[in-house]
Amino acid sequence: MRPRGGVQWTLFGLFLVALVPVVGERYYVDLTTQILIYALFALSLNILVGYCGNLSFGHAAFFAIGGYACVILTTTYEVTLIISLGLSVLISAVAAAAIGYVCVRLAAMHFAMLTLAFSMLVWSIAIKWTPVTGGDDGFVGATLPDLISNPVSFFYFALLIFSTGLILLRVICTSTFGRAMIAIRENETRATFMGMDVRKIRLQAFTIAGAFAGLAGALLGLYNRGMYPESAFWTESGQVLIMVLLGGMHSFIGPVLGAAALYILETMINQYTEYWQIVLGVILLGVVLIAPDGLAGLLSGFRKRKDDSVTGVDSE
Amino acid sequence: MSLLEVDNLHVAYGKSQALFGVSVEVSRGELISLVGRNGVGKSTTMRGIMGLNVPNRGVVRWKGEDISGRDPHLNCRDGIGYIPEDRRIFSDLSVWENLDVARNYNATSTADSNIAKRWNEESVFTLFPELADLRNRKGGVLSGGQQQMLTIARSLMGNPELLLLDEPSEGLAPLVVSRMREGIEQLKEAGLSIVLAEQNLGFVLALSDRVYVLEKGQVKYSGSAEDLKNNIDIQKQYLTV
Repeated sequence: MRPRGGVQWTLFGLFLVALVPVVGERYYVDLTTQILIYALFALSLNILVGYCGNLSFGHAAFFAIGGYACVILTTTYEVTLIISLGLSVLISAVAAAAIGYVCVRLAAMHFAMLTLAFSMLVWSIAIKWTPVTGGDDGFVGATLPDLISNPVSFFYFALLIFSTGLILLRVICTSTFGRAMIAIRENETRATFMGMDVRKIRLQAFTIAGAFAGLAGALLGLYNRGMYPESAFWTESGQVLIMVLLGGMHSFIGPVLGAAALYILETMINQYTEYWQIVLGVILLGVVLIAPDGLAGLLSGFRKRKDDSVTGVDSE
Repeated sequence: MSLLEVDNLHVAYGKSQALFGVSVEVSRGELISLVGRNGVGKSTTMRGIMGLNVPNRGVVRWKGEDISGRDPHLNCRDGIGYIPEDRRIFSDLSVWENLDVARNYNATSTADSNIAKRWNEESVFTLFPELADLRNRKGGVLSGGQQQMLTIARSLMGNPELLLLDEPSEGLAPLVVSRMREGIEQLKEAGLSIVLAEQNLGFVLALSDRVYVLEKGQVKYSGSAEDLKNNIDIQKQYLTV
């Protein structure tokens, strides 16, 4: 979970991302903004999947709640951007705590199914509560402050929020709480007789994951200047899960790589065929069969081999 | 008053009854052993005390309070440390992280004044110097003996008053077994109360104050280690293979 030099690589990566508007066209700025949003979403899911070992099929619920909350607050109630963002995170966290309170009573597949059920409930509320959410057509025409209304300034705003989220999640994951989540993933019973209240820690993890998914959703709402029910649909939960698996769920930074890889692949393959999902399916098969630790696993394996060949040490 | 009192404990795994009225007492600072062949209920007794298996009859009293079936994490925080037979550590965490997670999720570290000794990283590394050099090594790559030391060290970080040690010598090389014996002797000298489940009679007789012999989920004999040493009949009947 802690690659050597991980912090330096992350800072270097963020620096390179910050250069995109300087060297790239508008198209790449938009693409990178979307990647940043989904990378934050995937990072939040990995708290549950990679750290706590709880597979969620309904994480998009909190993504959508955060997104709707933010655009409704900024547009319908004309709340300032920063307060709207803060409230969106808070609302997502409260929703996650309430839904999580029920879900963490179950484990494994039952937990996953319950998260799916709740996310579909959120989706149906988004569709049916037309006066507030805009219903099937979505909530359109969200207002943005002038400061972030052009693509480049929004890009830097998204990068700032992403970096903040990344740092906060990193601090959480490397704290004693992060280690407790890993302990629970490895063996719940063992964690229990070590004094850990497993259900409470799982609920805390669920709430944190929901809060950060809400933050990513709020960014998406602002970026799209609106929010649509599809963001709560199970396919959205499936997509972010694919990002986590593709990038590597046992690595902190893996989901970011997964989000970037999925978006870039989609863009590249779409140029040649509209059936890009077929290609994605083949790639996913390859990842699961050949590299179960995802792209991050491949990279760390490559780095380890390189280190070993330099030092002449055999792999353990 | 006994520190731990197990009275007429019955525990089942589904429909299969494993314990039929086991009664055990541990006084403060005492080391008692549960001995017997494989499958007689030694581990189940420990799991029943810890709350990992809820008893269907009988009572577990901790400092006079009925804790039967209470959640294991509460028992741990209340001063009962459990070191299971499989001695599994958290393999994705380093030695230090294994200790850290145990220290921070344990409330006894700040509470009870009865605790004989307060443990920290330094004192567990003094007890098991082998671990000090492996501080940043992932738990999963440690040897069996090192893992056993780490499970004990990890449990100590919660400042327990009682340690439930399930087969600490099982599967270890003779040299490591004698190292483990020294470690347990030091824990006893530090004032810890210990319940030891063992098949290795030499190990048990060298360490224990009192011994309980189990057979088919019942206590068939209890007495001092010295008495059991001299009672060849009991040894032949219940302890030889």
